[in-house]
Amino acid sequence: MVRTLLIRRCLLLAATLAFAWCGAAQAGPTLDKVKGAGSISCGVSTGIAGFSQPDSQGNYSGLDVDVCRALSAAIFGDPGKVKFVPLTAQQRFTALQSGEVDILSRNTTWTLQRDAELGIDFGPVVYYDGQGFMVAKKLGVKSAKELNGATVCVQPGTTTELNLADYFRANKMEYKPVVVEKLDELVAAFFNGRCDVFTTDRSQLAAVRVSRASNPDDYVILPEVISKEPLAPSVRQGDDQWHDIVQWVVFALIQAEESGITKGNVDDKLKTDDPTVKRMLGVTPGMGKMLGLDEKWAYNEIKMVGNYGEIFERNIGAGSPLKLERGINNLWTKGGLLYAMPIR
Amino acid sequence: MPVRAMTAGPASLAAAPARPAPWRNPKLRGIAYQVAFVLLVVGLIGFFVHNTLVNISRQNIATGFGFLEREAAFGIGESLIAYSPADTYARAFLVGLTNTLYVAAIGIVLATVLGTLLGLARLSSNWLVARLAQVYVETFRNIPLLLQLFFWWSLLNSVAPGPRQAWQVLPDVFVSNRGIVFPAPVADPAYRWVGLAFLAGLLLVVPLRSWAARRQAATGRQFPVGWAGLGLVLGLPLLVFAAFGAPLALDVPVLRGFNFTGGGAVSPEFAALLVGLVVYTGAFIAEIVRAGVLAVSWGQSEAAMALGLRPAQRMQLVVLPQALRVIVPPLTSQYLALTKNSSLAVAIGYPDLVSIANTSINQTGQAVEGIVLIMAVYLCISLAISLAMNLYNRAVALVER
Repeated sequence: MVRTLLIRRCLLLAATLAFAWCGAAQAGPTLDKVKGAGSISCGVSTGIAGFSQPDSQGNYSGLDVDVCRALSAAIFGDPGKVKFVPLTAQQRFTALQSGEVDILSRNTTWTLQRDAELGIDFGPVVYYDGQGFMVAKKLGVKSAKELNGATVCVQPGTTTELNLADYFRANKMEYKPVVVEKLDELVAAFFNGRCDVFTTDRSQLAAVRVSRASNPDDYVILPEVISKEPLAPSVRQGDDQWHDIVQWVVFALIQAEESGITKGNVDDKLKTDDPTVKRMLGVTPGMGKMLGLDEKWAYNEIKMVGNYGEIFERNIGAGSPLKLERGINNLWTKGGLLYAMPIR
Repeated sequence: MPVRAMTAGPASLAAAPARPAPWRNPKLRGIAYQVAFVLLVVGLIGFFVHNTLVNISRQNIATGFGFLEREAAFGIGESLIAYSPADTYARAFLVGLTNTLYVAAIGIVLATVLGTLLGLARLSSNWLVARLAQVYVETFRNIPLLLQLFFWWSLLNSVAPGPRQAWQVLPDVFVSNRGIVFPAPVADPAYRWVGLAFLAGLLLVVPLRSWAARRQAATGRQFPVGWAGLGLVLGLPLLVFAAFGAPLALDVPVLRGFNFTGGGAVSPEFAALLVGLVVYTGAFIAEIVRAGVLAVSWGQSEAAMALGLRPAQRMQLVVLPQALRVIVPPLTSQYLALTKNSSLAVAIGYPDLVSIANTSINQTGQAVEGIVLIMAVYLCISLAISLAMNLYNRAVALVER
């Protein structure tokens, strides 16, 4: 605990100093840097079940984690060349800006202010979320409108914190925030009863309830969704090639699901006559070269990590303890919002 | 005029043949070195500032302190001044600053009292008292403060019940995991006068003391300054309070909805931080006080006893004035440490300056400005404490004749 706090301090200070030290001209093509280092440095959360969580051996798994693994597969032909850097909500942008991580894949909401002021660019949305409230069932609260006077546990430096203030202001209600930077401490405070309400993205509420509550049935997630939280990976602004790679690596995951390409059948699909699939899998060469990658980039990510649907089911869907519905995170052809740009 | 000056020049040069060349002149050389050093430092700072600005603008990150004028839009758990999410970032920073100063000021007073008592206890001739004080000091001095903060905070969080099952420790005083709530007097115009009377009492003690000293010097008769002073400081406000008809309407905390409303409240975060800081710093101050007292040679005490002074008088008139000279300088460091350690509040969610600055940094993305603000504020607070303590140190220092 002492160490993490120290590291956090050092990181902030180092980031400040980094701006002072860096030579002026090198924004550095991130792809060259990554290839030189032999691995991608991927900023993830400090532990949210289903999105990014290390197991007892320190192996990370989750939706956010698989985005980085897919990126690694597309670049190196190996999903394991990723160095995961756990970041708190407050550290994440500084870590990306200062170059400590090459991609931030950490359930981060895409907003105008972040896009315009932080010097970062967002890739495609990988999960459409919304903010909700979780309360203990024994309080008997049925709606967020009944929360006047409540004490609310919330992570500092998040859009959640701002939406919370907005929501209570708009509904002319009072609240007391309890803000603790480390998610672990905050969640423990909520389950200890320090707060009446825990608020964050609804997927995270579900994850916390399943993984941290002693009895998940004692807690309810209130029906109100008070915000739009499009969670997307982000990269430093000014390196268009790297931004493009991240963008199309995610699109390929979605397109693969749409084209019915899975981990299991991707080898068969190499023999297909469908020109779209042939272009994507590199049977018809060209796409990889345009991105500065191997022609097998999309083949590798699907073969090694799976398509978006497989990633979803494995980490947060029916095949996981979270059991989240696809909902709006389904393909556009199935009534959802996921729509990959054409790979051509 | 110019002609005369020109003729005078060579003559004066010729008159001083022994003067060394400028680069051999130690005085000039010293000045040159200092100028060069200052230029180097200024140049380096300029280089870093310039580079920072260039790099930040190249990465398209916003710069400047303009964000301070924008709406903060986030809530703050506890505040001594009025604050709502509609206020500006500057106001939020101010809330953080007052919260930091609040906990530091109370912490310094309590740590000094606790430390002094413990330091004297370690010197006690009572074996049990001395050993207990020793165990205390060695325990709390050697556990990292952050761990102690987590300990107190989780103790308050997990041991105390929820507000609906709060422990009632005194009539209308409740302890729950939301903190300690107690009845608070309803604001009344009389309280301002009571406060003024308290201040007046404090100020009146000064002339009282010098009068008593003069009288003792002139007549040899002593005056009980301690009791009279206490009477002034406490009695005056009480008199004023009574004169206003003792308006004592209490705002009693009531359980309404999720939590207690009304009355005064201390949050678990504030309580944990305060207890942690006081307990930790108190252990260090105890050692400083003990060292200071031990630094006064035993001969001084023997001399005082030979004069027939009672033990309390011996301590007050002979030992403590000499011990303070040793105590005050390291005590200053402890006060500074306590103030700076209060920034660990961020770990347990007390909204101090660092916590609020961190949030602001994250909401605006302007880390450099935020850190500059934090550093500047802590520097100012620390310098102010140093200044005050140095002035006090000068007052208690040995006057050499």
